[in-house]
Parts: sequence; C-alpha cells; structure tokens
Amino acid sequence: MQTTMTSLIEINKLNLYYGSFHALKNVSMRIPEKAITAFIGPSGCGKSTLLRTLNRMNDMIPGTRIEGEISISGTDIYSGSVDVETLRKKVGMVFQQPNPFPKSIYDNIAYGPRLHGIRDRKTLDEIVETSLRSAVLWEEVKDYLKRSAFSLSGGQQQRLCIARALAVNPDILLMDEATSALDPISTLKIEELVQELKNRYTIVMVTHNMHQAARVSNQTVFFLNGEVVEYDETEKLFSNPSDQRTEDYISGRFG
Amino acid sequence: MRSDAVPTRESMFKNRKTHLMDRIMPVVLFLCATLSILTTIGIVFTLIGETFNFFRQIPFIDFITGTKWSPLIEPKSFGIWPLISGTLLITVIACLVAVPLGLASAIYLSEYAHKRVRGIVKPILEVLAGVPTIVYGYFALSLVTPVIRSLFSDAGVFNALSAGIVVGIMIIPMVCSLSEDAMTAVPRSLRDGAYALGATRFEVALKIVVPAAFSGIVASAVLAFSRAIGETMIVTVAAGSTPKLTGNPLESIQTMTAYIVQVSLGDTPHGSVEYGTIFAVGMTLFVITFLLNILAQYVARRFREEY
Repeated sequence: MQTTMTSLIEINKLNLYYGSFHALKNVSMRIPEKAITAFIGPSGCGKSTLLRTLNRMNDMIPGTRIEGEISISGTDIYSGSVDVETLRKKVGMVFQQPNPFPKSIYDNIAYGPRLHGIRDRKTLDEIVETSLRSAVLWEEVKDYLKRSAFSLSGGQQQRLCIARALAVNPDILLMDEATSALDPISTLKIEELVQELKNRYTIVMVTHNMHQAARVSNQTVFFLNGEVVEYDETEKLFSNPSDQRTEDYISGRFG
Repeated sequence: MRSDAVPTRESMFKNRKTHLMDRIMPVVLFLCATLSILTTIGIVFTLIGETFNFFRQIPFIDFITGTKWSPLIEPKSFGIWPLISGTLLITVIACLVAVPLGLASAIYLSEYAHKRVRGIVKPILEVLAGVPTIVYGYFALSLVTPVIRSLFSDAGVFNALSAGIVVGIMIIPMVCSLSEDAMTAVPRSLRDGAYALGATRFEVALKIVVPAAFSGIVASAVLAFSRAIGETMIVTVAAGSTPKLTGNPLESIQTMTAYIVQVSLGDTPHGSVEYGTIFAVGMTLFVITFLLNILAQYVARRFREEY
C-alpha cells in the first residue's frame, strides 16, 4: 500500500453491532485523499454498513452500537462534540436508487445550500449551475430547471443526486451502489463522472460489480462476513491478491 | 409423486366449482355496493324533493339573503345566514384547534416517536375517535365552559367557543391519523437524501415529509372540516339554540345541525312550513360539504408532489 498519499479517513478497530448481530469486526483502514476507494464483497458483508458509518447514517437505525474510532481529517467523528449535521455536510452521499426530492431540478440542487442558510438568489443560481456542471448534467437540463426532477431519466436523476450532494461543498462523496439501478450507458457516464470528481473529492464507493471496482477505483477493499479480508491498490488486488478468499471471490468462485 | 404433476379429472371438477363461485361472488358484492349507492341516492332525492316543497312556500331569495332566522316564533323569518355563521364559527374554531394539534402529533408520531411508542399512542388516538359525541358534549358543558367563563366574564353558559374547542378535540385523532398515514407513506429514501445533506429531523419533517405528504394532509384537514360542520351532539348540548349572526365566540349561537335536532324533537306538525325548514337547512349543509369536498380534491391535486 502506497504511503505517498495522505489519508483523509482513518478507521481504527471499528466494531459495529445491530442489536446482537456483529456486523463489522475489527475493521481498520486508511482511506487516501482525492482518490477512489471501492468496497467490494458479497451481499451482507458489511460494506454498505461501513460506508454509512462515515456520515453516521447508521445513527438512525435503532439498536446500533459502535466501538472503535473513525476520524476524518484527524477529528473523531463519533466524539460527543461532533455536530452530525455539519459532518454530513462535509461527507455527501449518493444512494442506490436515485432519490430526487419531489421538487424542481433547481430546488433539488438548492435544497442543501438553503438548508445551510444561503438565501441570496444569485449565489444560489451560481451554486446550481456549478453543481450541475460538475455532475455533467448542466447542458442537458439548463433550459428545464423549473421542471420536476422526475421528468429526468434514471441516469440523469442519479447525476442530479450527485449534483445535489456536491452543492453543499463536501470533501468526501460516498456512493452506495450508485449505479446498480441504472442501465449500462448511464452507468458508464457516472463512472466517467466519478473519474473527473476524484481530482477534487475523496470518493468512497460500494459496488456489487467487481468489474466496476477494477475499472474505476484506485484502492479496493474486499469484505467478507463483516471483516476486511484484503485492502490494496486496485491493480494489485485484482491481478495478484494475497488472500485465497479474495482470489476466489474475484475469479467468481462465490458471491 | 409423479401423478401430482399431471392434473387429474377430479381436480379439474374442483376448478369448475371455483369458477361458479367466481361468477356468483362479484354479483353478490356488486349488490352490496349498490345498496349503499341507492341509499345515498334515496337521501339526496328526499332532500331535493322536500326542499323544493319548502321553496314553493318561502321565496328562495329570502332564504339565501335573509339575516334573521326565526321560523318557529312570530314574526317568522327564514334567513339562513345566522345558522351558516353559527356553523362556520364552530367549524373554524374546531379546525384552529384540530389542524395544528393533529398535524403536530402526526409529525411527532411519524418522524420522532419510537416504533413502540407509536404502537401504543396510535391505537389510543383511534379509540378517542370512537368516544360517543354526547360524552364530548357534556365534557364541553361541564368542564370547558366553566374554564372559559372564569377567563371571560361575559361568556354565556352556552357559547360557541366551548363547543368549537371540543369539536376540535374530537376531530384531532382524525387529522392526526390520516396525516400520519400520508407522512409514513413518504419513502424512506427521500428522508435519507435530506439527512445526507445535513438536514436535522425537524428540517426533514417540515421541508421534505410535510410537502411530500401535503395532498394527504389537505385531505385529512378537509375531512375534519366536513366532520366539524356535520357535528351535532356537541353543539346541541354546549353551543346553545340562539340563531345569531355574530362572530363573537363567547355568545350562544345555533348551528344548522342543532337547529335540525331542535325541530325534529319538537312538536312541529309534519308537512308544515316549519317542518320543511329542516330539509332546506339540511340541503344547505349538504351543498356546503359537497363544495368543500370538490375544493379539497382540487387543492390536493394542485399541490400534489409525486414521488
């Protein structure tokens, strides 16, 4: 594992329980800044759970208990003094199903900035345009900003959700199987977009699709039954895995 | 085991019987549905017929423009407005009580309450909806009215405020339950999207859930409004029987429903003009409720947020 990159997220001996179910077992890793890290593994292996600890979305599931430490830029995000809303502003998230709000395209993007107190019309206009441009959606929707977000196709909706997340100016973007509900062409567009975004954001993506991880990411983490089996440079992990289970998984012997 | 795979003759006969049932059942169910429709049609026709009879004796223009309602005592006068104003006064007070409280409890139940709390509170609220309205009437008269009279010395024993508040309390469960259903139906993914942008619970409730559930909330409010307009026992017991064109909630008034009760219970001869008034009043009530429902459907459609 290269050490030249600075790590933005550090996870230290993390254990997570849903009630009595031990969902994450002693997970430790460092996630580098301005790079794409992919979490792969079979269903129920804990990859989404770990992703959701990074912006504390798991807080809302009753019966969740966490031990260990996660720090982002040196701050322990589970310490009592951390404001969850500010954390989530810094750590944006895109979900499996595109989930635009039942509002116009404009209002979808402006929702986050408005939430955080921006009222000025001109500033909002600028944020909407920049965010849509960053998500490579501006050219397609610039004349229809007042239209309902539901008039967009699934792939466009997902890029809208990415733009919506970018509008609050996060450092980290979490993508929870963000392309699994999309067709191959839309998927490709999002993958290209993610490549663009890694120059400015730290991206952590969960994917069911190993090929996607191989195509897109810089680092890959392989999970099995709540444990990290292997964590390495994507190229190395796919070409020369050091653990037999990783090899079995990526060669399609299970999962 | 192999014979199971091929349908035998016997099993095919069984199928025929089910087919017969399939043909009979829709007819039976259709008749049941028709019965309720026929009842409604019957009510509307009786209402229309009797109302026409009434307007043959009393000019419609006097009824709809008059501001004095005194059909039983000389000099007789048949202006509907005092009854309408009384009804609206009660209804508005009731809605001012029920919509904010009902909506607030709905937001609490759907966005804040633990599953277990909701499992206990919601059934209790629904039981509250089953309390006989006469009980509410005496609750108004014996508990709420004394409080109001101790606060406002010029309030009457019978007053619109007391009855209005208690009608409001009566319809809270309805507003709450229906709004809560609408809010619970808002998909989890919309909430997650807002939380992930750093919204607080309150912001998610107010800016995502309530707008998305708005058409359901409007529907609940209008249903509550209609229910308040039609409420009879509470107003008969607590609001008095003085038809009066007033906006003062501390005075005794009379609602349309309470008037119908008064005449129905009295010794007004069948077929007389006085007797006919209850149909004209009933018709007015019907028309108002009907228009409100249309308005509600329009509003709900106009503000619907599809998700």
